[in-house]
Amino acid sequence: MQWTHEIDTWIVVIGVLCSLSCALLGNFLVLQRMSMMGDAISHAVLPGLAVAFLITGSRSSVAMLTGAVIAGLLTTLFTQWVQGFGKVDRGAAMGVVFTSLFAIGLVLIVQAADSIDLDPNCVLYGAIELAPLDDTLFFGSRVPRAVPLLALVLLVNAAVVALFYKELKISSFDPALATALGINANAMHYLLMVLVAVTAVASFEMIGSILVIAMLIVPAAAAHLLTDRLGAMIAVSLVFGAASAALGHLAAITVPPLLFTGVQDTTTSGMMVVVAGVLFGTTVLLAPRHGAISKAWHRWAFSLRMLKEDALGLLYRFEELPSPPGPVSIVTMLCHAKRTGPLLARLAVIRLLAEGKLQRQRNGYTLTAAGRDQAAGLIRAHRLWESYLVDRIALPADHVHRTAEGLEHITTESLAQALYERTGHPATDPHGKAIPNPDHKQN
Amino acid sequence: MKNAPAAEQPNPTPAGATPVQPATGHEHPPDSPLSIHDMTVAYQRKPVLWDVDLDIPEGKLIGIVGPNGAGKSTLIKACLDLIPKASGLVSVYGKPYRRQRKLVGYVPQRESVDWDFPVSALDVVTMGRYGKIGWCMPVTRAHKQAAMTALDRVGIADLASRQISQLSGGQQQRVFLARALAQDARLYFMDEPFAAVDAATEKAIVAILQQLKTSGKTALVVHHDLHTVPEYFDWVIFLNMRVVAFGPTREVFTQENLHKTYGGKLTLLDQAAQALVIAERGGS
Repeated sequence: MQWTHEIDTWIVVIGVLCSLSCALLGNFLVLQRMSMMGDAISHAVLPGLAVAFLITGSRSSVAMLTGAVIAGLLTTLFTQWVQGFGKVDRGAAMGVVFTSLFAIGLVLIVQAADSIDLDPNCVLYGAIELAPLDDTLFFGSRVPRAVPLLALVLLVNAAVVALFYKELKISSFDPALATALGINANAMHYLLMVLVAVTAVASFEMIGSILVIAMLIVPAAAAHLLTDRLGAMIAVSLVFGAASAALGHLAAITVPPLLFTGVQDTTTSGMMVVVAGVLFGTTVLLAPRHGAISKAWHRWAFSLRMLKEDALGLLYRFEELPSPPGPVSIVTMLCHAKRTGPLLARLAVIRLLAEGKLQRQRNGYTLTAAGRDQAAGLIRAHRLWESYLVDRIALPADHVHRTAEGLEHITTESLAQALYERTGHPATDPHGKAIPNPDHKQN
Repeated sequence: MKNAPAAEQPNPTPAGATPVQPATGHEHPPDSPLSIHDMTVAYQRKPVLWDVDLDIPEGKLIGIVGPNGAGKSTLIKACLDLIPKASGLVSVYGKPYRRQRKLVGYVPQRESVDWDFPVSALDVVTMGRYGKIGWCMPVTRAHKQAAMTALDRVGIADLASRQISQLSGGQQQRVFLARALAQDARLYFMDEPFAAVDAATEKAIVAILQQLKTSGKTALVVHHDLHTVPEYFDWVIFLNMRVVAFGPTREVFTQENLHKTYGGKLTLLDQAAQALVIAERGGS
């Protein structure tokens, strides 16, 4: 790989500026369930640009941004109209409006293609690699023309979000209450759309209009999975956005030569989004609360706990028999009774031994005093539930065991006490078995 | 566009032809917490509320009852300018609603928001203060304190830092109630605060309503459970696209009005409730 300071560093700077601007606004789009509106706006600004160019004959930033703002507002307005008058849902309305506007923009650009250097390809995919070549004098030093503009856009976005933080927050969460409090949620919506339009225009020369959408949505969506405060979500989305840009460019110049001989590098903007996608995928798997791995872990931990409790319950029932069989090979019993694998059953028994609830004997296991205590609580919950289901819900006595088997694992002591009161302090369950009583369990 | 022409109205009334200006003969008291003058609301030209004309008395708890689709939520939303009115005026303490927003608290339906939103219970309650804080001003510690006090009043101060999806349905409803309390209003609109809450939450909400009443505040509450209407509310609005009856509960909560409001829609369960209520009233 070859890192050229003048080129590659500037590419990373430009990429980071784009992705920070996009990710910042993306949070509010994601939270308002309006991710597609980012899509719509970033496409629909195209005719705004084309018209701005045709009128002014220049590609000056001011003309372009003005065109973009107008186009962005019109998209929002048209979408609401189509939705209201056409009686179609929001998604369809956006689909109609932004594709039509985008197509108009494309036609205009192709028409004018001979006279302007607004290249449809560049609009779609961006040309971040070329950006450092188009430089300008800025406070005495030569910097890429895109850098001051993108920095300004980022500054404006950051300022607006900081200033209207609480208004954006409440309009995103509860627009009805916002309106009732005198905070015009609709105005905040338009403000957000204007910012998205400006950001899209400033960014899409660099990373293209399609990838702008990815940078708007992907970092914020990943951050939403990881955080449960808005401030934290915004911070994480910014880190993800910046990381996607920096790692994306790095990957673009390092990965292709590893895979194919004779290939120098690949498109940076494409790689940025690939990295963002990988970050998102990793988040989906690893997120602490919503992640697939953590969910699987919680499920597994819960089934292990149930199995441990089932083991205690089984041993308790053996002890109750008129002639207790003595030590029991509980692992085999568990595998048989609970249809579980021997590995999990063995693990449950190992855990119980470590917790001092089981005792290993010569030919099996018995309960310790602590184990018997916990088992009595479980059996109590089980039998109280059976009494309750039979007495109060009038289920037949031979149909309640399975239900009680599930409920015993999630019954707290206070709930068991409430069941005890409600069923009239029974001494035995519907099958005539004694219900362990907490007052006597020490005996 | 939105005003339904009088000729198209399926059920023309004397006031139907004259939008905006109150057309009824009776005088509205100048300082009622809420006066609704001849309000009609239409969705896509189809009227959903007709000629609502009410003066709400101060310091009362007012239940709004009626079958599904009767326009109960619509009544609240139209009063709060959340949906456009085809005609009519709403005044709060004698002035147009728009100038009195700070006096009005609102508890929307629980399903109206995304509970996965990354905010804590305290954040949501603090939103009730945003109207007082003002545009672009930061949330001060005093406002956080006020929000905390409101959470404490509904009994879930210990859950202040929970993300809101980690709360039970009843706790979420209490958060919404606390947010309305944090608004520190004089007139409250509550859209089904009792919907699908546990018994403890229902008790807590009733206690809060009583506290509001004793401090001279007024609350309009959309309510579904006819059983509890006489117990919870001083006044009742029977609504079924128009106001069927309105007055003190002991005067208007009658079988006749229930029938007129619910008609054939009164389910078996509601009929049982009605029978119970009638029996109770007969006994007292």
